[in-house]
Amino acid sequence: MSTVSTPAAMERARRWRPPPLIANPLLRWGILLAGAAYLYLALNGIPVNWARLSEGLERGGRFVAGFLNPNFTGRLDELVDGFAESVVMTVVATVLGILVSVPVALGAARNLAPRPVYYVCRGLIALSRTFQEIIIAILFVAMFGFGPFAGVLTLTFSTIGFLSKLLAEDIEDIDRGQMEAIRATGGSWLQLLNYGVQPQVMPRLIGLSLYRLDINFRESAVIGIVGAGGIGATLNTAFDRYEYDVAAAILLVIILVVMAAEYSSSAIRRWVQ
Amino acid sequence: MPVATVAGTKVWQRRARGTQFAIWLGWLAATLVVVLSWNVISERTMWMFVEDAHVQAADLLGRMVPPRWSYMDRLWQPLWDTLNIATLGTLIAIVFGVPLAFLAARNTTPSRLLVRPVALFVIVASRSINSLIWALLLVSIIGPGVLAGILAIAFRSVGFIGKLLYEALEEIDDSAVEAIQATGASRPQVIGYAMVPQVMPAFAGISVFRWDINIRESTVLGLVGAGGIGLQLEASISQLAWREASVIFLVILVAVLASEWLSARIRHAII
Repeated sequence: MSTVSTPAAMERARRWRPPPLIANPLLRWGILLAGAAYLYLALNGIPVNWARLSEGLERGGRFVAGFLNPNFTGRLDELVDGFAESVVMTVVATVLGILVSVPVALGAARNLAPRPVYYVCRGLIALSRTFQEIIIAILFVAMFGFGPFAGVLTLTFSTIGFLSKLLAEDIEDIDRGQMEAIRATGGSWLQLLNYGVQPQVMPRLIGLSLYRLDINFRESAVIGIVGAGGIGATLNTAFDRYEYDVAAAILLVIILVVMAAEYSSSAIRRWVQ
Repeated sequence: MPVATVAGTKVWQRRARGTQFAIWLGWLAATLVVVLSWNVISERTMWMFVEDAHVQAADLLGRMVPPRWSYMDRLWQPLWDTLNIATLGTLIAIVFGVPLAFLAARNTTPSRLLVRPVALFVIVASRSINSLIWALLLVSIIGPGVLAGILAIAFRSVGFIGKLLYEALEEIDDSAVEAIQATGASRPQVIGYAMVPQVMPAFAGISVFRWDINIRESTVLGLVGAGGIGLQLEASISQLAWREASVIFLVILVAVLASEWLSARIRHAII
């Protein structure tokens, strides 16, 4: 009668299967097919220079060896100097960034700001978020000259996009009751901010600022590549000289600092919240 | 309750004197650190260059507009490369990041003492180093080109996917796990039927999110020689061809906005 004849086949057909992630079979197979076609096209288009690659393996080996035996003392002066510059840039840029971000966030919160202000602040945030730090750094280095000042401005600018956006979203989510209570007592706009808004968003602001401090340090290692100061410049020089053991030492220092910053900032955030 | 006596009357205070003093000291120390840091930066800055920054900015803008639109013809291939770097890099990162997450999550790791710390270190190391630095390293090892870019993106994304996925794994609902265990299922079956379905939406969201970030990052990898549209940017800037650079900036802007829109759409459809 039916096509299913043997008990084993019947057992197979009756078996429960987990539901697929994409319910529509046409869409599911379509996506798979398109993905396969794309992979074929993409993998065909990559030029791979095997001679250069095998030559690179030896260098890769040297780098791994350098990682196992990092050279901290060879360029100690440059390492300490670049590292200190990175820390200093991070601190100043984060503080400046917070100082500018708070007003921008207030302006970008729909429940506080009038429409024109809202659009201007959101535009500023979008502008800061779309371009990579490194592109901003190129422009600022061209304008302000080489050195940490261009780096500080770059980090400040990208801090604004990050901090204002997240803070503004937090302000939009606050409990309206407390704001209305302050308004009902006849509080001015500044008093409203101070007593109705600030206590509600303060833990989040502190948490975000610490997180951004972290990110800024990481980014300060990058923007040095285009001449905006910090440990990135030292790292770039080390790679240019093929001094993999020095480069490995710098990378290890970056990893350690980022780990330490991450653990301490999450501890502080837990204590604040 | 902290109370101060002012002119014979008791006045309520928010904090005790010691606490207030400690907070004040904290602010003083923080301000000092910032001022000293600023001094270091100020010493290393040529203020002459900063003072004529507005002139430089106006000059730069004057050289950038109008963009040389005909340059667009030569940007399609680099744009395709950029897309490939981001997508293939993300795929490689998924292949390695998912097992890494299972090794790192407290409830799936084979050994908390031996395997978990190693997996966590790999995740932190991958995350702490920006993809541009990975690219710098890989270009110096395997030579400039698209391959270095793909690997740089993959190296950076492994940690990102690993971290977010292992956190999602640790936060799953245990009752489903217990229910599957109660049927006598083996360890792989518990993972396959109780854990994977719970983190699947999170996994899809994380991957798409990372792809979006990777498009953004792969546009600049070329600055250190790792392929993509950044190579053209580097070439234009070093030739001071700012009219071409401004076309590239606009292309990057459009690419970033498009990928952001697409990833938001996909995440919206999944979640």
